[in-house]
Amino acid sequence: MTDTPLVEARGLTKVYPARGSSAEFRAVDGIDFALRRGEAFGFLGPNGAGKSTTMRMISATSPITGGTLRVLGFDPVAQGPQVRARLGVVPQDDCLDRELTVRENLYIYGRYFGLRRAVIRERAESLLDFAQLRDKADEQVEVLSGGMRRRLTIARSLINEPEILLLDEPTTGLDPQARHVLWDRLFRLKQDGVTLILTTHYMDEAEQLCDRLVVMDGGRIVAQGTPRELIAAHTTREVLELRFTDQDTAAEKLRASALCGDGGRLEVLPDRVMVYADDGEAALAAVHALRLSPLTALVRRASLEDVFLTLTGRSLID
Amino acid sequence: MWRGFSFWLLQYRRVWRGTIVISVANPLLFLLGVGVGIGHLVDRQASSPIAGVSYLAFFAPGMLAAASMQTAYLESTNRVAWAAAPDGAYRAATPTPLSPAQILGGHLLFIAFRIATSSAAFTLVMVLFGATHGWSALATLGGAVLTGFAFAAPSAAWAVGLRQTRRINSVFRFVIMPMYLFSGTFFAIAQLPHWLRPVAYLLPLYHGAQLCRTLSLGTATAAATALHAGILLALALAGIAAARVAYRRRLHP
Ligand SMILES: Nc1ncnc2c1ncn2[C@@H]1O[C@H](COP(=O)(O)OP(=O)(O)OP(=O)(O)O)[C@@H](O)[C@H]1O
Ligand SMILES: [Mg+2]
Repeated sequence: MTDTPLVEARGLTKVYPARGSSAEFRAVDGIDFALRRGEAFGFLGPNGAGKSTTMRMISATSPITGGTLRVLGFDPVAQGPQVRARLGVVPQDDCLDRELTVRENLYIYGRYFGLRRAVIRERAESLLDFAQLRDKADEQVEVLSGGMRRRLTIARSLINEPEILLLDEPTTGLDPQARHVLWDRLFRLKQDGVTLILTTHYMDEAEQLCDRLVVMDGGRIVAQGTPRELIAAHTTREVLELRFTDQDTAAEKLRASALCGDGGRLEVLPDRVMVYADDGEAALAAVHALRLSPLTALVRRASLEDVFLTLTGRSLID
Repeated sequence: MWRGFSFWLLQYRRVWRGTIVISVANPLLFLLGVGVGIGHLVDRQASSPIAGVSYLAFFAPGMLAAASMQTAYLESTNRVAWAAAPDGAYRAATPTPLSPAQILGGHLLFIAFRIATSSAAFTLVMVLFGATHGWSALATLGGAVLTGFAFAAPSAAWAVGLRQTRRINSVFRFVIMPMYLFSGTFFAIAQLPHWLRPVAYLLPLYHGAQLCRTLSLGTATAAATALHAGILLALALAGIAAARVAYRRRLHP
């Protein structure tokens, strides 16, 4: 039974119909993936990649227009309410009611699931602790910080004790400290056995939280695997980042050199040049040997950011 | 549907005192100013086409229908458009087992409740002014609620798809306000030029005003009442059908 995937998509497609002056739009273009119980699965991609659209199709709030999708064994188009009853959703926008208190927001949400008052009250208490919002319980949402609101949205999404929790960009717009608090909460959920699906355009987030992830671009999946596998398969071990006063000339010289043959590669961004090499220091020595003098030179380990750059030729955050 | 309703009720709890004051103060001022004030002038003209009743008794039920329409329009446009926005109240309910139709139902129930309470306050003021009484008052209230609802559902169907709320004010100024004037709210349709009268018959508010007036004055006939109520009911049902489609499109894109 643990072998049947919780969510399974084959050739999953979403075409938004034409509306007014805008033509129809293919936001998700035939993607395949399978989600196993207990794992944390990530969708990584730049703005407009189709992450939120995919999340909405899984959460049965946007009908699929092609392919097949099964969620917890249900068809999300025909059996939407059954699917939604067993999922927790943290949307990209919090959509909390700012005039209601923290507790009231939890209460109303529980009512939407048809839970009894006593049940909601009991769960709300433990969720307030989980979200570390106990001393704000009777404050209006209006006065909460961004990080607190996000924690409340996560707490709210857990009121029905969901089997799968979907988080759409859980930490976008938060400061580093608030992000770490949130990661810690998500990590605890994962340890408690909740299956997580999340979208992000932060590499570090994907590396921290995801067991497996897919990289999306323009509605398609361009790669999938564990963070480690992706790095091993699509980039070198190390990266040398260089900045030049005259980048164009330098890039031309580098491209003509041996650095670009033999497994090495070059990626030119508007403000810097990246040299992909298994040995960054050796590559730097080679750069100096070409009589190039970069303003700054940095050798670092390759990350998912580099995977994305390699796969799409574009940077993830624009 | 009740689950969606309970949200709006919880929200309303913080503002209900203010809205009650407005619901009573509005008709009070209107009936005093227009009904009694202008009525004083009108009632002295023996040739008036509304002869037989005081201007206040003539005007008040028409105004009740118009006020009900206005409450319905305001409740089911601005708040609907706000709730449907990316961080609005509907969005919180969308990922739950509630369907778009249930979200609509919950909100329409609340709008009906608002129409009913504000119309009840208006009718109460009418009774205090002696403009109507007894069972007539109750029947008039029913007519006013139906009038409001006939506007609420189509307005919600339109507003849920709105991206900019500017249009709400334009429609108010260029559609709702003129309807006040040509629907026999302030004066009898018979006073309009001949060629303009058929236009009035097409206006839903005309049927609402006639329905309320005849019920209030006790001059209603079964046939006319059925016609007016039937038109309003048809509008309400068409509005609900359109809103169900529009809500699904917007909330489950
Ligand atoms: N309701 C809609 N109607 C038409 N097009 C839409 C709709 N929602 C999204 N799109 C389009 O589909 C594409 C994918 O959008 P989506 O929100 O899924 O991207 P995303 O990966 O979540 O991006 P972001 O990182 O900015 O949140 C975008 O080009 C967007 O304009
Ligand atoms: Mg998104």
